[in-house]
Amino acid sequence: MSIEINGTPHDRKPRPGQCLRTYLREEGCFGVKKGCDAGDCGACTVHVDGKPVHSCVYPAFRAQGRSVTTIEGLAGPDGPHPAQQCFLDAQGFQCGFCTAGMIMTAVALSAEQREDLPRSLKGNLCRCTGYRAITDAIEGRPAAVTPRVGSAVGSNLGAPAGPQVVTGTARYTFDLDVPGMLHLKALRSPHAHARILSIDATAALAVPGVEAVLTHKDAPERLFSTGQHENEAEDPYDTRVLDEVVRFVGQRVAAVVASSEAAAEEGVRRLHVEYEVLPAVFDPAQAMLPGAPLVHGDKGIAQGIVRADANVVGELHATLGDVGLGFAAADAVYEATFRTPRVQHASLETHGAVGWLDDDDRLVIRSSTQTPFLTRRALSRLFSINPDKVRVVAGRVGGGFGGKQEMLVEDLVALAVLRTGRPVKWEFTRSEQFTAATTRHPFTITVKAGATRDGTITALQLNALVDTGAYGNHGPSVMHHGCHETVAVYKCGNIRTDAYTVYTNTVPAGAFRGYGLGQVTFAVEQVLDELARMIDMDPVTFRELNVVRPGDDLTAPGAHVPDLGIASYGLDQCLARMRAAAATFDEAPPGWLVGQGMAIAMIAAGPPGGHFADATVTLLPDGRYELSVGTAEFGNGSTTVHAQIAADELHTTPDRILIRQSDTDVVRHDTGAFASTGVVVAGQAVLRACRALRAQLLALTGHTPSETYALRTLDPSSLGTVSASGHFDGTPRSVAFNAQFFRVAVDPATGELRILRSVHSADAGTVMNPLQLRGQIEGGVAQALGATLAEHVDISPAGEVTTTTFRQYHLPTVADIPPTEVHFATTTDTIGPLGAKSMSESPYNPVSPALGNALRDAIGIRLTDLPYTADRIWQALNP
Amino acid sequence: MDLHTVTEVISPASPGDWRPGDAWLGGGTALFGEPRPHVSRLLDLTAAGWAPLTVRDDGVEIAATCTIAELAEGLRGYGIVRQCCHAFLASFKIWNVATVGGNLCAALPAGPMISLTAALDGTCVLIGPNGGERRIPAAAFVTGEGATVLRDGEFLRAIHLSATALGTRTAYRRGSLHRHGRSAVLLIGRADPAGGMSLTVTAATRRPYVFRFPDPPSADEVEAALDTVPADQYVDDVHGRPVWRRHLTRHYAAQIRTELVA
Repeated sequence: MSIEINGTPHDRKPRPGQCLRTYLREEGCFGVKKGCDAGDCGACTVHVDGKPVHSCVYPAFRAQGRSVTTIEGLAGPDGPHPAQQCFLDAQGFQCGFCTAGMIMTAVALSAEQREDLPRSLKGNLCRCTGYRAITDAIEGRPAAVTPRVGSAVGSNLGAPAGPQVVTGTARYTFDLDVPGMLHLKALRSPHAHARILSIDATAALAVPGVEAVLTHKDAPERLFSTGQHENEAEDPYDTRVLDEVVRFVGQRVAAVVASSEAAAEEGVRRLHVEYEVLPAVFDPAQAMLPGAPLVHGDKGIAQGIVRADANVVGELHATLGDVGLGFAAADAVYEATFRTPRVQHASLETHGAVGWLDDDDRLVIRSSTQTPFLTRRALSRLFSINPDKVRVVAGRVGGGFGGKQEMLVEDLVALAVLRTGRPVKWEFTRSEQFTAATTRHPFTITVKAGATRDGTITALQLNALVDTGAYGNHGPSVMHHGCHETVAVYKCGNIRTDAYTVYTNTVPAGAFRGYGLGQVTFAVEQVLDELARMIDMDPVTFRELNVVRPGDDLTAPGAHVPDLGIASYGLDQCLARMRAAAATFDEAPPGWLVGQGMAIAMIAAGPPGGHFADATVTLLPDGRYELSVGTAEFGNGSTTVHAQIAADELHTTPDRILIRQSDTDVVRHDTGAFASTGVVVAGQAVLRACRALRAQLLALTGHTPSETYALRTLDPSSLGTVSASGHFDGTPRSVAFNAQFFRVAVDPATGELRILRSVHSADAGTVMNPLQLRGQIEGGVAQALGATLAEHVDISPAGEVTTTTFRQYHLPTVADIPPTEVHFATTTDTIGPLGAKSMSESPYNPVSPALGNALRDAIGIRLTDLPYTADRIWQALNP
Repeated sequence: MDLHTVTEVISPASPGDWRPGDAWLGGGTALFGEPRPHVSRLLDLTAAGWAPLTVRDDGVEIAATCTIAELAEGLRGYGIVRQCCHAFLASFKIWNVATVGGNLCAALPAGPMISLTAALDGTCVLIGPNGGERRIPAAAFVTGEGATVLRDGEFLRAIHLSATALGTRTAYRRGSLHRHGRSAVLLIGRADPAGGMSLTVTAATRRPYVFRFPDPPSADEVEAALDTVPADQYVDDVHGRPVWRRHLTRHYAAQIRTELVA
């Protein structure tokens, strides 16, 4: 009995335990995505005999004799299905990994179900958008436009990949068929700290289909960091591809490479490993005590670890002015300690890579990465291969949020490819994302602040303890960043910072949207809120009296790269929005406690110490332009902005700009899509390349530089190949600002919290694409609301991650995210391309403290630990 | 997800087919939702062709293989059925595949079909390896988190709900950390036409607790009944702290009492 897929019978019989999702992908339906593989996220939604199902939990054998429709079969002969068009018109996606499942669900909704989207879409998770754009798409509210010549920048241009995203034809990391491909599965440590005494692979190698077993004996001795930065010295070299010592539950012990996932898994089960279990430490404060187990006691300053004998990877102790004098001068002093938990990025596409050797014997790695070029550099060094013999490519990436500024799979895939000479794929399971990828760094932050009655902050004291887990990737940098803009936004002459980044035997933390700012802002903005209460001053006025103004230095304790300045200033406008929001009124249910609060955040537009981008633009024989950029697209929308910039500079329309990207073959170098640099760094390189090409073309055709209209009537055949490049080194840097307001209501009987109003104001400089910027902000607010109201990765007393599925780790659904009013400040930056600033991480940062302040206002108690779930709120009210 | 250790599907399965390493397969949404490295064969019950719902004079027999969608449609006239279907964390898409029996057998505290059948005094029909049948009150079917009375080789065939129980007035309260999140507390009260009421506590506790009050209970009587639930029987997991679940249980029980009999 065959399975009919999109009208065509497929005769191949599914395997007995196979789910429909993998069967459909094996039959070429790559639009059917794996988000969770457990029935929770809806990315794999298809229709069986007309009924929507989650194909990852639908037994494939049962589809025999039935008819299956996937996203690929939705469009009719006359073009896209109306629902696909609606998602395109409303731009109801960012990374697009959930989109096929969203559309397949949307088309199956009854009229009654459409009336209650929060309920009807509870089985469809989107990590990027915050859902407003999705409900706009389903309810048919279009927003995208097709700009005319010269008006692309500032327009609501849709993402160039939109048509592929809504039809399921956008190609993500694993959406390709590689003949002869092997599958890799890892054996992971059951111990938080252990030495591997022996690994017996005999039984594993006897499993039919197993081609190789890789252990620490096969791995390079060389140490590296999974964290990727332009300046490699930012991260300690503490990691091996496979190590003889394992330092957290879930760390790779060995890899089995086999002709099928089934054989690889069976091989993993048959590995016999002897461990010498070592003492472990799970708490960062205990890890610093004398006599604590040492996580990297065999390493030291040479590997970039400042005090390996106390588990301290990095630390910062510095003072501006004299905090003692500052506190003595204060009329009010407030101090409190705050805690933020581990949070998972939960990008819907898991980590993973496919590697092979190409016809020139080059190692090719296709990976779900934000940093193709840095990953190539890391692989080249790790395996002593010339960089030109390594190519790293990213397809469309299914969400990043910092989690993919990390080399978590490529090293082991490369080792397997080099060992077997065969193509190898390694795709994380959703549970591996939780147990063996990275998390947001958990922080414990004590802030003490003083102010005089007239509203002047006299002193700020910051003590931060950062738990980096078993490896130090991003640990020191996150600490330094977290302790900078959070206090530099205030004019205060007396600031003291003491911060430590500490190893523990737990799942490693890594880069995460906000990069430390969100955690420290959570503490600083709440302490300042309390201080404003103590001096009986409105929190907006208190901010206005103390924030930096144009011309002010951006200073914080410690040595900081001096290229940061205020090249445009819209914080005053953001604060004015907060004042207006506070003057509104909302109805709450009778008996509920109502409160409101706000917080601000500042972020540097780009990382310190260099972030490089190259771009090349070439006139094609058909008159279109090919724009090559290194940076990856994972829903951040930088590709859209690059097309807008190029179109306007070259006096054409964005549909005539073909973009090649995220491939180490297309440009010389690009540091990567992180630190909110897609517009301000890569965009600057694009602008420079386009301006150079424009000048060349005008000169070649005998026009003056201002006669740009001539570009519309170019005859490419008379010009041959004309190409130009642009480069930007990421310095100097400006700052962007955000402010968030919430009004909340709390049911004292149950602890339930409802958001009555959410207002966000952002200073992003020139708004390159209002629709997209609004989407970035809504998505950032939503992701931060997840961390504020729901999410926490938990660790057992033995160090094991216990929240390993979306059923246990609640991601915000449509029902959990209120609408957020988004306002843009009117500013033009003197550094950023065409006056733009960065705005991808920063909307996240003021959300948690603003909600904490609103909750404090409502219930009269300041809750210092995230998340604010109903049970914790109720317990605070009923101690 | 793919269950790579499965080498055979027996479809349709019969009593007596079971041997160690086998798993009875309903819709599959639970079985395929987690790694099952110890399962080697799937015994497919859905292919047996049992009528999903059989309405008789004395009530309705719900086949274990009746999907949630079929239940929601077939018994749509009963508010409590609709409420319990909506209590699923899972999407309506899962309803098209997941079965009533599968929800009972998974025995999760938050299983809303456990709440429904326990509250409506349902009877579970179990079939043993030799084809023999035994009947167990639905309220006693689940014995703990993930644990049921099922013996090796035994499967759940059906759940019977009496017409009387279905026809009585109910009151429903659900608490969750999130608006459409997993149930942390699910209470159903049922008015006894003779004057009393029953109160079924699920989700908050490791197994269902049913309290019967022959006469309209006072607030104190409801409190006293709930006091018999040992503190360690309140679920302690990421879906809500035990102390909060215990509080909400009392809070909602008081509301239900007021709604039904006060």
